[in-house]
Amino acid sequence: MANEKKSKTPMLDELESGPWPSFVKDLKNLAKKKPEIGQVLEQLEDSYETKTNHWLGTVLNLDGYGGGVIARYSDVQNRFPLAAQFHTIRIIEPSGWFYNTAALRQLCDISEKHSGGILQFHGMTGDILMLGSNNEKTYTAGEELMENGWDIGGSGPALRTLACCVGPAYCEMSCFDTLGLTKFITDTYISELHRPELPYKYKFKISGCANDCANSIQRSDMPIIGTWRDKIQVDQKEVAKFIKENGEDYVIDNVITRCPTKCIKLEKKKIKIDDSNCVKCMHCINVMHKALKPGKDRGITILLGGKRTLKIGDTMGSVLIPFMKADTKEDWDKIIQLVRRIWDFWGEHGLDHERVGEFIDRVGLGTFLDGIGVEPDPQMVKHPRSNPYIKFEEYTAPRIAGEPKESPNVVSKETEGDEVAV
Amino acid sequence: MGSFELGGKVYQTDEDGYLANIDDWNMEAAGYLAKDEGVDMTDAHWEVVNFLREYYEEYKIAPMIKILVKAVGKKLGAEKGNTKYLYELYPGGPAKQACKIAGLPKPTGCV
Repeated sequence: MANEKKSKTPMLDELESGPWPSFVKDLKNLAKKKPEIGQVLEQLEDSYETKTNHWLGTVLNLDGYGGGVIARYSDVQNRFPLAAQFHTIRIIEPSGWFYNTAALRQLCDISEKHSGGILQFHGMTGDILMLGSNNEKTYTAGEELMENGWDIGGSGPALRTLACCVGPAYCEMSCFDTLGLTKFITDTYISELHRPELPYKYKFKISGCANDCANSIQRSDMPIIGTWRDKIQVDQKEVAKFIKENGEDYVIDNVITRCPTKCIKLEKKKIKIDDSNCVKCMHCINVMHKALKPGKDRGITILLGGKRTLKIGDTMGSVLIPFMKADTKEDWDKIIQLVRRIWDFWGEHGLDHERVGEFIDRVGLGTFLDGIGVEPDPQMVKHPRSNPYIKFEEYTAPRIAGEPKESPNVVSKETEGDEVAV
Repeated sequence: MGSFELGGKVYQTDEDGYLANIDDWNMEAAGYLAKDEGVDMTDAHWEVVNFLREYYEEYKIAPMIKILVKAVGKKLGAEKGNTKYLYELYPGGPAKQACKIAGLPKPTGCV
Protein backbone atom coordinates (compact mmCIF):
# COMPACT_ATOMS: atom_id res chain seq x y z
CA MET A 1 0.00 0.00 0.00
CA ALA A 2 3.07 2.22 -0.06
CA ASN A 3 2.16 4.08 -3.21
CA GLU A 4 -1.47 4.68 -2.20
CA LYS A 5 -2.23 8.39 -2.17
CA LYS A 6 -2.20 9.86 1.32
CA SER A 7 -5.70 10.70 2.47
CA LYS A 8 -6.50 14.37 2.77
CA THR A 9 -8.85 13.69 5.64
CA PRO A 10 -7.17 11.23 8.05
CA MET A 11 -9.21 12.33 11.07
CA LEU A 12 -12.53 12.12 9.25
CA ASP A 13 -11.54 8.69 7.92
CA GLU A 14 -11.69 7.42 11.51
CA LEU A 15 -15.42 8.10 11.44
CA GLU A 16 -15.83 5.53 8.69
CA SER A 17 -14.78 2.66 10.94
CA GLY A 18 -17.29 0.55 12.78
CA PRO A 19 -20.47 -1.15 11.57
CA TRP A 20 -22.72 1.89 11.82
CA PRO A 21 -23.64 4.31 9.01
CA SER A 22 -21.09 7.04 8.44
CA PHE A 23 -21.70 10.50 7.06
CA VAL A 24 -18.07 10.58 5.94
CA LYS A 25 -18.53 7.47 3.82
CA ASP A 26 -21.70 8.88 2.30
CA LEU A 27 -20.26 12.30 1.61
CA LYS A 28 -17.09 10.86 0.08
CA ASN A 29 -19.31 8.87 -2.24
CA LEU A 30 -21.27 12.01 -3.07
CA ALA A 31 -18.03 13.91 -3.70
CA LYS A 32 -17.39 11.74 -6.76
CA LYS A 33 -20.39 13.44 -8.37
CA LYS A 34 -20.17 16.78 -6.58
CA PRO A 35 -16.59 17.96 -6.06
CA GLU A 36 -17.71 20.74 -3.70
CA ILE A 37 -18.66 18.13 -1.14
CA GLY A 38 -15.05 16.90 -1.19
CA GLN A 39 -13.90 20.39 -0.32
CA VAL A 40 -16.47 20.68 2.45
CA LEU A 41 -14.99 17.49 3.92
CA GLU A 42 -11.47 18.86 3.58
CA GLN A 43 -12.57 22.04 5.29
CA LEU A 44 -14.11 19.99 8.09
CA GLU A 45 -10.85 18.09 8.47
CA ASP A 46 -9.12 21.44 8.82
CA SER A 47 -11.68 22.43 11.45
CA TYR A 48 -10.93 19.23 13.37
CA GLU A 49 -7.23 19.94 13.23
CA THR A 50 -7.31 23.60 14.12
CA LYS A 51 -10.42 23.41 16.30
CA THR A 52 -11.80 26.34 14.34
CA ASN A 53 -15.17 26.70 12.71
CA HIS A 54 -14.86 28.04 9.19
CA TRP A 55 -18.50 28.87 8.50
CA LEU A 56 -19.66 32.46 8.62
CA GLY A 57 -23.29 33.42 8.81
CA THR A 58 -24.89 35.90 6.47
CA VAL A 59 -28.34 36.85 5.26
CA LEU A 60 -29.86 35.42 2.12
CA ASN A 61 -33.58 35.50 1.44
CA LEU A 62 -35.87 34.36 -1.30
CA ASP A 63 -38.04 37.17 -2.62
CA GLY A 64 -40.90 37.93 -0.27
CA TYR A 65 -39.41 35.82 2.50
CA GLY A 66 -37.58 37.09 5.55
CA GLY A 67 -36.15 33.76 6.54
CA GLY A 68 -35.88 30.09 5.73
CA VAL A 69 -32.40 30.13 4.27
CA ILE A 70 -29.49 29.56 6.63
CA ALA A 71 -26.71 31.17 4.62
CA ARG A 72 -23.13 30.10 5.24
CA TYR A 73 -19.91 31.36 3.71
CA SER A 74 -16.56 29.72 4.18
CA ASP A 75 -13.89 31.96 5.68
CA VAL A 76 -11.20 29.86 3.99
CA GLN A 77 -12.66 29.96 0.51
CA ASN A 78 -9.26 30.78 -0.95
CA ARG A 79 -8.27 27.22 0.00
CA PHE A 80 -11.65 25.58 -0.66
CA PRO A 81 -13.20 27.69 -3.42
CA LEU A 82 -15.91 25.16 -4.27
CA ALA A 83 -17.19 25.27 -0.68
CA ALA A 84 -17.32 29.07 -0.66
CA GLN A 85 -21.11 29.16 -0.33
CA PHE A 86 -22.94 26.33 1.33
CA HIS A 87 -26.44 27.42 2.25
CA THR A 88 -29.21 25.44 3.88
CA ILE A 89 -32.85 25.77 2.88
CA ARG A 90 -35.50 24.96 5.46
CA ILE A 91 -38.64 23.35 4.08
CA ILE A 92 -41.91 22.97 5.98
CA GLU A 93 -42.49 19.29 6.66
CA PRO A 94 -45.90 17.63 6.51
CA SER A 95 -47.69 17.22 9.86
CA GLY A 96 -46.45 14.15 11.67
CA TRP A 97 -43.56 13.72 9.22
CA PHE A 98 -45.52 11.46 6.89
CA TYR A 99 -44.36 11.27 3.26
CA ASN A 100 -45.10 9.05 0.37
CA THR A 101 -42.06 7.78 -1.46
CA ALA A 102 -42.78 9.97 -4.49
CA ALA A 103 -42.49 13.09 -2.33
CA LEU A 104 -39.16 11.92 -0.95
CA ARG A 105 -37.86 11.14 -4.45
CA GLN A 106 -38.90 14.58 -5.58
CA LEU A 107 -37.00 16.19 -2.70
CA CYS A 108 -33.96 14.08 -3.57
CA ASP A 109 -34.13 15.15 -7.21
CA ILE A 110 -34.42 18.83 -6.33
CA SER A 111 -31.60 18.47 -3.86
CA GLU A 112 -29.29 16.78 -6.40
CA LYS A 113 -30.09 19.39 -9.00
CA HIS A 114 -29.94 22.59 -6.97
CA SER A 115 -27.95 21.86 -3.86
CA GLY A 116 -25.29 19.61 -2.43
CA GLY A 117 -27.46 16.52 -2.62
CA ILE A 118 -27.64 16.37 1.17
CA LEU A 119 -30.92 16.27 3.04
CA GLN A 120 -31.53 16.23 6.75
CA PHE A 121 -34.67 14.58 8.05
CA HIS A 122 -35.32 16.52 10.17
CA GLY A 123 -33.66 19.57 11.64
CA MET A 124 -33.98 20.39 15.33
CA THR A 125 -37.00 22.55 14.62
CA GLY A 126 -38.68 19.75 12.75
CA ASP A 127 -38.38 20.94 9.19
CA ILE A 128 -36.59 19.34 6.25
CA LEU A 129 -33.13 20.74 5.58
CA MET A 130 -31.64 20.87 2.09
CA LEU A 131 -27.93 21.54 2.37
CA GLY A 132 -25.32 22.86 0.01
CA SER A 133 -26.78 25.43 -2.38
CA ASN A 134 -24.77 28.40 -3.53
CA ASN A 135 -26.30 31.88 -3.85
CA GLU A 136 -27.76 31.36 -7.30
CA LYS A 137 -28.98 27.82 -6.76
CA THR A 138 -30.74 28.79 -3.56
CA TYR A 139 -33.15 30.75 -5.73
CA THR A 140 -33.60 28.04 -8.34
CA ALA A 141 -34.10 25.45 -5.59
CA GLY A 142 -36.66 27.68 -3.89
CA GLU A 143 -38.52 28.15 -7.17
CA GLU A 144 -38.66 24.46 -7.96
CA LEU A 145 -39.70 23.58 -4.43
CA MET A 146 -42.55 26.07 -4.54
CA GLU A 147 -43.66 24.96 -8.00
CA ASN A 148 -44.07 21.50 -6.53
CA GLY A 149 -46.09 22.57 -3.55
CA TRP A 150 -43.39 22.77 -0.90
CA ASP A 151 -42.91 25.90 1.15
CA ILE A 152 -39.96 27.45 2.90
CA GLY A 153 -39.68 27.15 6.68
CA GLY A 154 -39.00 29.76 9.30
CA SER A 155 -35.81 31.25 10.67
CA GLY A 156 -34.82 34.38 12.54
CA PRO A 157 -37.08 36.24 14.95
CA ALA A 158 -40.21 34.63 13.55
CA LEU A 159 -42.70 31.88 14.11
CA ARG A 160 -40.72 28.74 13.36
CA THR A 161 -41.89 25.73 11.42
CA LEU A 162 -44.26 23.75 13.60
CA ALA A 163 -43.76 20.11 14.43
CA CYS A 164 -46.00 17.48 15.95
CA CYS A 165 -45.99 13.81 16.84
CA VAL A 166 -47.70 11.22 14.60
CA GLY A 167 -50.83 11.75 16.67
CA PRO A 168 -54.06 9.93 15.98
CA ALA A 169 -52.78 8.87 12.55
CA TYR A 170 -50.66 6.19 14.07
CA CYS A 171 -50.89 6.19 17.84
CA GLU A 172 -53.58 5.01 20.24
CA MET A 173 -52.40 7.32 23.04
CA SER A 174 -53.08 10.56 21.21
CA CYS A 175 -55.65 12.72 23.01
CA PHE A 176 -56.38 15.11 20.13
CA ASP A 177 -55.72 15.77 16.46
CA THR A 178 -52.12 16.95 16.59
CA LEU A 179 -51.80 16.82 12.80
CA GLY A 180 -54.82 19.00 12.16
CA LEU A 181 -53.90 21.59 14.76
CA THR A 182 -50.34 21.82 13.43
CA LYS A 183 -51.60 22.49 9.92
CA PHE A 184 -54.21 24.93 11.21
CA ILE A 185 -51.69 27.06 13.10
CA THR A 186 -49.23 26.92 10.19
CA ASP A 187 -51.90 28.06 7.73
CA THR A 188 -53.22 30.78 10.01
CA TYR A 189 -49.85 32.26 10.86
CA ILE A 190 -47.99 31.59 7.60
CA SER A 191 -47.14 35.30 7.23
CA GLU A 192 -45.54 35.39 10.68
CA LEU A 193 -43.60 32.27 9.71
CA HIS A 194 -42.22 33.75 6.50
CA ARG A 195 -41.71 37.33 7.61
CA PRO A 196 -40.04 37.78 10.99
CA GLU A 197 -41.68 40.36 13.24
CA LEU A 198 -41.26 39.00 16.77
CA PRO A 199 -38.60 39.85 19.37
CA TYR A 200 -37.10 36.43 18.77
CA LYS A 201 -37.98 32.92 17.64
CA TYR A 202 -41.27 31.34 18.67
CA LYS A 203 -41.59 27.59 18.39
CA PHE A 204 -44.59 25.35 18.69
CA LYS A 205 -44.35 21.65 19.22
CA ILE A 206 -47.47 19.60 19.52
CA SER A 207 -47.68 16.23 21.24
CA GLY A 208 -50.77 14.07 21.51
CA CYS A 209 -50.04 12.96 25.08
CA ALA A 210 -47.58 13.41 27.91
CA ASN A 211 -45.18 10.89 26.34
CA ASP A 212 -44.33 13.99 24.34
CA CYS A 213 -42.82 12.39 21.25
CA ALA A 214 -42.44 15.85 19.70
CA ASN A 215 -40.12 16.81 22.60
CA SER A 216 -42.31 19.84 23.02
CA ILE A 217 -41.66 20.65 26.66
CA GLN A 218 -37.91 21.04 26.27
CA ARG A 219 -37.75 22.32 22.75
CA SER A 220 -40.53 24.75 22.12
CA ASP A 221 -41.70 28.10 23.42
CA MET A 222 -45.27 26.91 23.31
CA PRO A 223 -45.68 23.20 23.91
CA ILE A 224 -49.18 21.86 23.38
CA ILE A 225 -49.71 18.48 24.99
CA GLY A 226 -52.74 16.21 24.91
CA THR A 227 -54.33 15.22 28.21
CA TRP A 228 -57.69 14.33 29.79
CA ARG A 229 -59.66 15.49 32.80
CA ASP A 230 -61.80 12.52 33.72
CA LYS A 231 -60.73 9.05 34.80
CA ILE A 232 -58.20 6.73 33.21
CA GLN A 233 -60.17 3.99 31.45
CA VAL A 234 -59.48 0.65 33.10
CA ASP A 235 -60.33 -2.68 31.52
CA GLN A 236 -60.16 -5.11 34.47
CA LYS A 237 -60.35 -8.12 32.15
CA GLU A 238 -57.18 -6.99 30.43
CA VAL A 239 -55.66 -6.26 33.85
CA ALA A 240 -56.29 -9.88 34.86
CA LYS A 241 -54.76 -11.06 31.59
CA PHE A 242 -51.71 -8.83 32.12
CA ILE A 243 -51.23 -10.18 35.66
CA LYS A 244 -51.58 -13.73 34.40
CA GLU A 245 -48.96 -13.17 31.73
CA ASN A 246 -46.47 -11.12 33.75
CA GLY A 247 -47.20 -11.86 37.41
CA GLU A 248 -48.37 -9.64 40.22
CA ASP A 249 -44.84 -8.65 41.22
CA TYR A 250 -44.21 -7.27 37.78
CA VAL A 251 -47.23 -5.01 38.06
CA ILE A 252 -46.20 -3.82 41.51
CA ASP A 253 -42.55 -3.23 40.54
CA ASN A 254 -43.19 -1.62 37.18
CA VAL A 255 -46.49 0.14 37.54
CA ILE A 256 -47.67 0.65 41.11
CA THR A 257 -44.40 1.73 42.71
CA ARG A 258 -43.45 3.87 39.75
CA CYS A 259 -46.50 6.09 39.88
CA PRO A 260 -45.06 9.55 40.71
CA THR A 261 -48.03 10.49 42.88
CA LYS A 262 -48.73 7.00 44.26
CA CYS A 263 -52.31 7.19 43.15
CA ILE A 264 -52.57 3.72 41.64
CA LYS A 265 -52.86 0.48 43.57
CA LEU A 266 -53.54 -3.18 43.07
CA GLU A 267 -56.40 -4.57 45.13
CA LYS A 268 -57.36 -8.21 44.78
CA LYS A 269 -55.84 -8.32 41.33
CA LYS A 270 -57.72 -5.23 40.28
CA ILE A 271 -56.29 -1.82 39.42
CA LYS A 272 -57.68 1.08 41.44
CA ILE A 273 -56.78 4.65 40.60
CA ASP A 274 -57.31 7.80 42.64
CA ASP A 275 -57.76 10.00 39.57
CA SER A 276 -57.90 13.22 41.58
CA ASN A 277 -54.22 12.73 42.34
CA CYS A 278 -53.20 11.51 38.90
CA VAL A 279 -50.78 13.85 37.09
CA LYS A 280 -51.35 12.19 33.69
CA CYS A 281 -47.72 11.15 33.33
CA MET A 282 -48.69 8.20 31.08
CA HIS A 283 -46.37 5.71 32.78
CA CYS A 284 -48.98 3.14 33.85
CA ILE A 285 -50.75 3.45 30.50
CA ASN A 286 -47.50 2.86 28.63
CA VAL A 287 -46.75 -0.32 30.55
CA MET A 288 -50.30 -1.74 30.55
CA HIS A 289 -51.40 -0.26 27.27
CA LYS A 290 -54.18 -2.74 26.70
CA ALA A 291 -55.64 -2.55 30.20
CA LEU A 292 -55.38 1.22 30.67
CA LYS A 293 -56.28 4.08 28.38
CA PRO A 294 -56.41 7.86 28.68
CA GLY A 295 -59.82 9.15 29.86
CA LYS A 296 -62.69 10.01 27.55
CA ASP A 297 -62.93 13.75 28.24
CA ARG A 298 -59.81 14.71 26.35
CA GLY A 299 -58.20 18.04 25.54
CA ILE A 300 -54.89 19.85 25.75
CA THR A 301 -52.57 21.53 28.20
CA ILE A 302 -50.78 24.60 26.85
CA LEU A 303 -47.38 25.40 28.29
CA LEU A 304 -45.01 28.26 27.73
CA GLY A 305 -41.32 28.98 27.90
CA GLY A 306 -39.22 25.96 26.89
CA LYS A 307 -35.86 26.85 25.36
CA ARG A 308 -32.11 26.28 25.34
CA THR A 309 -29.68 28.57 27.12
CA LEU A 310 -29.85 32.16 25.97
CA LYS A 311 -30.32 35.12 28.27
CA ILE A 312 -31.09 32.66 31.06
CA GLY A 313 -30.25 28.95 31.29
CA ASP A 314 -32.22 26.07 29.80
CA THR A 315 -35.85 26.05 30.74
CA MET A 316 -38.73 23.70 30.22
CA GLY A 317 -42.23 24.87 29.51
CA SER A 318 -44.52 25.51 32.45
CA VAL A 319 -48.29 25.40 32.45
CA LEU A 320 -50.21 28.34 31.04
CA ILE A 321 -53.59 26.77 30.27
CA PRO A 322 -54.10 23.67 32.45
CA PHE A 323 -56.90 22.25 30.31
CA MET A 324 -58.93 23.21 27.32
CA LYS A 325 -60.83 21.28 24.69
CA ALA A 326 -59.27 21.07 21.24
CA ASP A 327 -61.86 19.20 19.21
CA THR A 328 -63.48 21.83 17.05
CA LYS A 329 -62.47 24.71 14.85
CA GLU A 330 -63.82 27.07 17.56
CA ASP A 331 -61.46 25.54 20.11
CA TRP A 332 -58.56 25.96 17.72
CA ASP A 333 -59.56 29.57 17.12
CA LYS A 334 -59.23 30.16 20.86
CA ILE A 335 -55.63 28.94 20.66
CA ILE A 336 -54.99 31.30 17.74
CA GLN A 337 -56.39 34.23 19.73
CA LEU A 338 -54.32 33.33 22.78
CA VAL A 339 -51.18 33.23 20.64
CA ARG A 340 -52.04 36.62 19.15
CA ARG A 341 -52.41 38.15 22.63
CA ILE A 342 -49.09 36.67 23.71
CA TRP A 343 -47.35 37.99 20.58
CA ASP A 344 -48.89 41.43 21.03
CA PHE A 345 -47.78 41.75 24.65
CA TRP A 346 -44.37 40.13 24.29
CA GLY A 347 -43.87 41.89 20.94
CA GLU A 348 -44.59 45.23 22.58
CA HIS A 349 -42.42 44.81 25.67
CA GLY A 350 -39.95 42.05 24.82
CA LEU A 351 -36.29 42.90 24.31
CA ASP A 352 -34.34 42.06 21.18
CA HIS A 353 -33.44 38.34 21.20
CA GLU A 354 -35.59 37.65 24.26
CA ARG A 355 -37.56 34.41 24.18
CA VAL A 356 -41.02 34.48 25.69
CA GLY A 357 -39.91 32.33 28.66
CA GLU A 358 -37.17 34.81 29.46
CA PHE A 359 -39.61 37.64 29.09
CA ILE A 360 -41.91 36.05 31.68
CA ASP A 361 -38.89 35.52 33.91
CA ARG A 362 -38.04 39.21 33.65
CA VAL A 363 -41.46 40.81 34.06
CA GLY A 364 -43.01 38.18 36.32
CA LEU A 365 -45.84 35.78 35.63
CA GLY A 366 -48.40 38.11 37.22
CA THR A 367 -47.57 40.95 34.87
CA PHE A 368 -47.54 38.59 31.93
CA LEU A 369 -50.93 37.04 32.73
CA ASP A 370 -52.34 40.51 33.18
CA GLY A 371 -50.93 41.51 29.80
CA ILE A 372 -52.44 38.61 27.93
CA GLY A 373 -55.71 38.57 29.89
CA VAL A 374 -55.49 35.12 31.45
CA GLU A 375 -56.61 34.51 35.03
CA PRO A 376 -53.94 33.11 37.38
CA ASP A 377 -54.38 29.46 38.27
CA PRO A 378 -52.69 27.37 40.97
CA GLN A 379 -51.54 24.95 38.30
CA MET A 380 -49.26 27.55 36.71
CA VAL A 381 -46.21 26.34 38.59
CA LYS A 382 -42.85 25.24 37.27
CA HIS A 383 -42.44 22.25 39.56
CA PRO A 384 -45.74 20.85 40.79
CA ARG A 385 -45.75 19.28 44.24
CA SER A 386 -42.16 20.17 44.99
CA ASN A 387 -42.53 23.31 47.10
CA PRO A 388 -44.22 23.06 50.50
CA TYR A 389 -44.06 26.81 51.14
CA ILE A 390 -46.69 29.15 49.85
CA LYS A 391 -46.22 32.89 49.80
CA PHE A 392 -49.27 35.06 49.41
CA GLU A 393 -48.52 38.36 47.81
CA GLU A 394 -51.03 40.93 46.74
CA TYR A 395 -50.47 41.55 43.07
CA THR A 396 -49.01 44.98 42.42
CA ALA A 397 -48.79 47.23 39.37
CA PRO A 398 -46.92 45.87 36.37
CA ARG A 399 -43.22 46.40 36.64
CA ILE A 400 -42.71 47.18 32.99
CA ALA A 401 -45.18 50.01 32.55
CA GLY A 402 -45.85 53.01 34.74
CA GLU A 403 -44.79 53.59 38.30
CA PRO A 404 -44.92 50.69 40.70
CA LYS A 405 -46.83 51.13 43.93
CA GLU A 406 -44.77 52.69 46.71
CA SER A 407 -44.69 49.52 48.70
CA PRO A 408 -46.12 46.20 47.59
CA ASN A 409 -48.93 44.89 49.75
CA VAL A 410 -47.30 41.79 51.09
CA VAL A 411 -49.62 39.89 53.39
CA SER A 412 -47.35 38.41 56.02
CA LYS A 413 -48.10 36.43 59.10
CA GLU A 414 -46.95 37.87 62.43
CA THR A 415 -44.57 35.70 64.38
CA GLU A 416 -46.53 34.24 67.26
CA GLY A 417 -45.54 33.41 70.83
CA ASP A 418 -42.39 31.36 71.17
CA GLU A 419 -42.11 30.60 67.49
CA VAL A 420 -38.68 31.51 66.23
CA ALA A 421 -38.61 33.96 63.38
CA VAL A 422 -36.37 32.69 60.64
CA MET B 1 -14.34 42.42 0.16
CA GLY B 2 -15.28 44.52 -2.81
CA SER B 3 -15.71 48.08 -3.86
CA PHE B 4 -17.48 50.27 -6.38
CA GLU B 5 -16.70 53.64 -7.86
CA LEU B 6 -19.18 56.45 -8.21
CA GLY B 7 -18.42 60.00 -9.33
CA GLY B 8 -14.72 59.54 -8.69
CA LYS B 9 -15.21 58.23 -5.14
CA VAL B 10 -14.39 54.63 -4.22
CA TYR B 11 -16.73 52.86 -1.79
CA GLN B 12 -15.43 49.83 0.09
CA THR B 13 -17.95 47.03 0.65
CA ASP B 14 -17.96 43.64 2.32
CA GLU B 15 -18.35 40.39 0.39
CA ASP B 16 -22.13 40.84 0.21
CA GLY B 17 -21.94 44.40 -1.04
CA TYR B 18 -22.79 46.17 2.22
CA LEU B 19 -20.93 49.42 2.74
CA ALA B 20 -17.84 48.83 4.85
CA ASN B 21 -17.94 52.35 6.26
CA ILE B 22 -21.31 53.81 7.19
CA ASP B 23 -19.96 57.37 6.91
CA ASP B 24 -19.41 56.82 3.19
CA TRP B 25 -23.15 56.73 2.65
CA ASN B 26 -24.87 59.32 0.47
CA MET B 27 -27.89 59.44 -1.83
CA GLU B 28 -25.88 58.42 -4.89
CA ALA B 29 -24.39 55.43 -3.13
CA ALA B 30 -27.88 54.45 -1.95
CA GLY B 31 -29.12 54.75 -5.51
CA TYR B 32 -26.34 52.50 -6.72
CA LEU B 33 -26.97 49.89 -4.00
CA ALA B 34 -30.71 49.94 -4.74
CA LYS B 35 -30.08 49.38 -8.45
CA ASP B 36 -27.76 46.53 -7.57
CA GLU B 37 -30.56 44.98 -5.50
CA GLY B 38 -33.07 45.54 -8.30
CA VAL B 39 -35.13 47.95 -6.19
CA ASP B 40 -36.74 50.94 -7.89
CA MET B 41 -36.63 53.65 -5.22
CA THR B 42 -39.85 55.60 -4.71
CA ASP B 43 -40.79 58.01 -1.93
CA ALA B 44 -42.18 55.08 0.02
CA HIS B 45 -38.80 53.32 -0.26
CA TRP B 46 -36.96 56.42 0.90
CA GLU B 47 -39.24 56.77 3.93
CA VAL B 48 -38.06 53.39 5.15
CA VAL B 49 -34.40 54.04 4.37
CA ASN B 50 -34.52 57.44 6.09
CA PHE B 51 -36.17 55.94 9.15
CA LEU B 52 -33.46 53.25 9.35
CA ARG B 53 -30.72 55.85 9.15
CA GLU B 54 -32.30 58.09 11.78
CA TYR B 55 -32.76 55.14 14.08
CA TYR B 56 -29.22 53.96 13.54
CA GLU B 57 -27.82 57.40 14.22
CA GLU B 58 -29.65 57.53 17.53
CA TYR B 59 -29.19 53.97 18.77
CA LYS B 60 -26.15 52.70 16.78
CA ILE B 61 -28.05 49.54 15.96
CA ALA B 62 -30.55 48.54 13.29
CA PRO B 63 -34.11 48.55 14.69
CA MET B 64 -35.94 45.34 15.44
CA ILE B 65 -38.36 44.59 12.64
CA LYS B 66 -41.39 45.15 14.88
CA ILE B 67 -40.15 48.68 15.65
CA LEU B 68 -39.77 49.37 11.95
CA VAL B 69 -43.24 47.99 11.26
CA LYS B 70 -44.75 50.15 13.97
CA ALA B 71 -42.91 53.29 12.87
CA VAL B 72 -44.04 52.82 9.28
CA GLY B 73 -47.60 52.27 10.47
CA LYS B 74 -47.49 55.44 12.51
CA LYS B 75 -46.05 57.52 9.70
CA LEU B 76 -47.90 56.15 6.70
CA GLY B 77 -51.12 54.78 8.16
CA ALA B 78 -52.13 51.59 9.91
CA GLU B 79 -52.81 49.71 6.67
CA LYS B 80 -49.09 49.98 5.87
CA GLY B 81 -47.92 49.02 9.35
CA ASN B 82 -47.32 45.35 8.57
CA THR B 83 -44.56 43.18 7.24
CA LYS B 84 -46.44 42.53 4.02
CA TYR B 85 -46.16 46.18 3.02
CA LEU B 86 -42.43 46.22 3.79
CA TYR B 87 -41.84 43.10 1.72
CA GLU B 88 -43.74 44.63 -1.17
CA LEU B 89 -41.26 47.50 -1.09
CA TYR B 90 -38.25 45.30 -0.42
CA PRO B 91 -38.94 41.75 -1.61
CA GLY B 92 -35.56 40.59 -0.34
CA GLY B 93 -36.60 41.54 3.15
CA PRO B 94 -36.34 44.88 4.97
CA ALA B 95 -33.51 43.54 7.14
CA LYS B 96 -31.42 42.60 4.15
CA GLN B 97 -32.25 45.04 1.37
CA ALA B 98 -33.40 48.19 3.16
CA CYS B 99 -30.47 48.05 5.60
CA LYS B 100 -28.08 47.58 2.71
CA ILE B 101 -29.45 50.56 0.81
CA ALA B 102 -29.39 52.63 4.01
CA GLY B 103 -25.72 51.78 4.42
CA LEU B 104 -26.24 49.99 7.72
CA PRO B 105 -24.04 47.04 8.70
CA LYS B 106 -25.06 43.59 7.51
CA PRO B 107 -27.45 41.82 9.86
CA THR B 108 -25.75 38.81 11.43
CA GLY B 109 -26.50 35.18 10.57
CA CYS B 110 -29.03 33.58 12.83
CA VAL B 111 -30.95 36.74 13.65
